[in-house]
Amino acid sequence: MRITRHPILEFDRGRKILFYFNDKKVEGFEGESIASALHASGVRVLSYSLRYHRPRGFFCGIGKCSSCFMTVDGVPNVRTCITPIRENMRVRRQDGGVGELSDKRFAARKKMVVDDEIVVVGGGPAGMMAALAAAKQGASVTLIDENHRVGGQLIKQTHKFFGSLEEKAGKRGIEIAEELMKQINSVPGIHLILSTTVVGCYNNNTEDGGDRYRLVAVRRFMDGDQLLDVFCKRIVFACGAMENMLAFPGNDLPGVYGAGGVQTLMNVYGVRPGDRVLMVGAGNVGLIVSYQLLQAGVEVDRVVEVLPRITGYHVHAAKLRRCGVPIYTSHSIKEAYGSDRVEGAVVVEVDKNYAPVSGTEENVSCDTICLAVGLTPSVRLLEQMGVKTEFIPEAGGYVAVHDQSMQTSLNGVYVAGDASGIEEASTAMIEGQLAGVSAAASLGYDRGANELISRCRNALRIFRSGPFGEIPRRGKEKIAYLFDKMGKKIWGDSEL
Amino acid sequence: MNGYEKTGVLSLNDIRVPSENQLRKGVAIIECVQEIPCNPCAAICPVNAISMKDINSIPIVDFDKCTGCGKCVSICPGLAIFVVKTVDNSKALVTLPYEFLPIPKTGDKVKALNRWGEICGDAEVVRVNMLGKTTVVTIRVDKKLAMEVRNIRV
Ligand SMILES: Cc1cc2nc3c(=O)[nH]c(=O)nc-3n(C[C@H](O)[C@H](O)[C@H](O)COP(=O)(O)OP(=O)(O)OC[C@H]3O[C@@H](n4cnc5c(N)ncnc54)[C@H](O)[C@@H]3O)c2cc1C
Ligand code: SF4
Ligand code: SF4
Repeated sequence: MRITRHPILEFDRGRKILFYFNDKKVEGFEGESIASALHASGVRVLSYSLRYHRPRGFFCGIGKCSSCFMTVDGVPNVRTCITPIRENMRVRRQDGGVGELSDKRFAARKKMVVDDEIVVVGGGPAGMMAALAAAKQGASVTLIDENHRVGGQLIKQTHKFFGSLEEKAGKRGIEIAEELMKQINSVPGIHLILSTTVVGCYNNNTEDGGDRYRLVAVRRFMDGDQLLDVFCKRIVFACGAMENMLAFPGNDLPGVYGAGGVQTLMNVYGVRPGDRVLMVGAGNVGLIVSYQLLQAGVEVDRVVEVLPRITGYHVHAAKLRRCGVPIYTSHSIKEAYGSDRVEGAVVVEVDKNYAPVSGTEENVSCDTICLAVGLTPSVRLLEQMGVKTEFIPEAGGYVAVHDQSMQTSLNGVYVAGDASGIEEASTAMIEGQLAGVSAAASLGYDRGANELISRCRNALRIFRSGPFGEIPRRGKEKIAYLFDKMGKKIWGDSEL
Repeated sequence: MNGYEKTGVLSLNDIRVPSENQLRKGVAIIECVQEIPCNPCAAICPVNAISMKDINSIPIVDFDKCTGCGKCVSICPGLAIFVVKTVDNSKALVTLPYEFLPIPKTGDKVKALNRWGEICGDAEVVRVNMLGKTTVVTIRVDKKLAMEVRNIRV
């Protein structure tokens, strides 16, 4: 299951680490997640559903679903996909029940107080750029990410990016991530806090009469957790998105993965998800991940797409087709079958109303089904704060209504990237920059802020002006309209 | 709807085909037919042979200006550019991007694949260029395959 040779990546595996899964010894490599090490050793069932005890396996790989909850060293409900392994760790499957968390995890450690000018939640392309842009303006920034490394979705994108040559086009996502990480570590004024999840946000903290916001976060250490009490004047939310599920019988079998989860397994940890894949969805994500599966030495049986046409870029489809992978448009998955893991699937043609055409069912022999059927912005924290959100289908679901500086309905609270509407890493980076500079400017920092802001806006306009930018463009237009309708004075925007 | 939007495969009608003379010199064939926000091919060309009105326009090669240098082949994120050069009356050289293992070596006999991924003939590897992680491979094939071959199986 481990990839040893890869055309693009080199897997620099750390030292071998032994740990226990249900009292059996398992081997993994330093720096990898528990779920990845278990997958590489052939463990597919990570948990059982609460009511019907159905087996569940790896799904999202970024800590956003609950498929990989396990008990680790006595602590229940640990998200094993984002928790690194360590020597002699004891990992157990939870069979039903949610376990009980002992207060000792928290009580043993004093809470830490962080007080900074700007806090950026999420260190993907949007959050990294926001932190960099704000710090370069002179502001002091704390960047928090729940993963044990920054980079978000970029760290698994091995393909070369589109865009303009000045905006890093032609470079691979992983190379861009590395470049940004280096900058994060070298630009003064950025305080990076990793392995830390922001779990609560509070508006209008008036304890000291100030206009500061307050966030609560949990930082995970090897031997317990620590509570962080975070105060700040400005917040940028760049929490990214969650992968969508598709309803069909058998969709919860181990072996059904989100496309992003598959990317994480094979491109970050060098673990093959399976031997033969059925890809569902011919948008860019489905096409790209299919091609990357081939590069990882995995067979792709076919790609099915429910719409009558391929929705991703033709150039991505062409790369796949010339390797011999068929793409079936007007087709969808009817069911997945298998006892405790995927053993195959049935696909079916659909008519123009997307209803299955009976008699067109076809069996696909595969051990892996990969869902690339869209993403939903992560807005829970924003909602918790009372930021106004609206359902915008073009943006992927509920998003925070925001202005052109990425400021939400709350003064000093910004959004950027997928969290503000599903788009691309390229636009996420520009939006992040826009949010970071705007947040810093509202605090009085100005190192050519106006010029930067208009450059970002112009770049976004150009990016969204083509036919493929139409959907996000429409989404952003609706958001702008809703923002104006709110009639809120856009503070700080008049002089920008 | 264009046929390729359903199949993912271009036909010769979707592509601009150079003249015999231009092919003898060796020119870039760009199989990028949609308006996507991308421009590195135009930006990197040393002789400005690729024109684009703005970042979303479809790149158009001026076959008379193009020298067939292949710089655009390795930068193109869509792996959509090929250089085709006919060498005599019966053979053609096709330069294509290749991102799989094993990396072929000069002199290797490989299978030539068309846009559908079907084997359409035999090819001999005449040059292998590693620029970054995208290997650029030049193969020799029958001249009649020049506008068909777009991949190899090593
Ligand atoms: C499979 C796949 C392929 C893609 N391919 C391309 C492509 O080829 N080109 C392209 O331009 N785009 C591509 N994209 C899209 C691109 O990756 C995203 O648009 C981009 O990563 C969005 O950046 P972001 O910073 O908004 O979010 P993300 O990259 O998702 O980063 C969000 C970060 O926030 C952190 N976080 C979330 N919640 C919390 C919390 N509560 N506390 C602390 N931290 C938190 C996460 O750990 C994560 O690091 C692809 C996406 C996927 C899923
Ligand atoms: S082959 Fe060279 S000269 Fe021709 S278009 Fe490409 S970069 Fe320009
Ligand atoms: S670099 Fe490639 S994908 Fe980008 S516009 Fe040029 S031909 Fe198209």
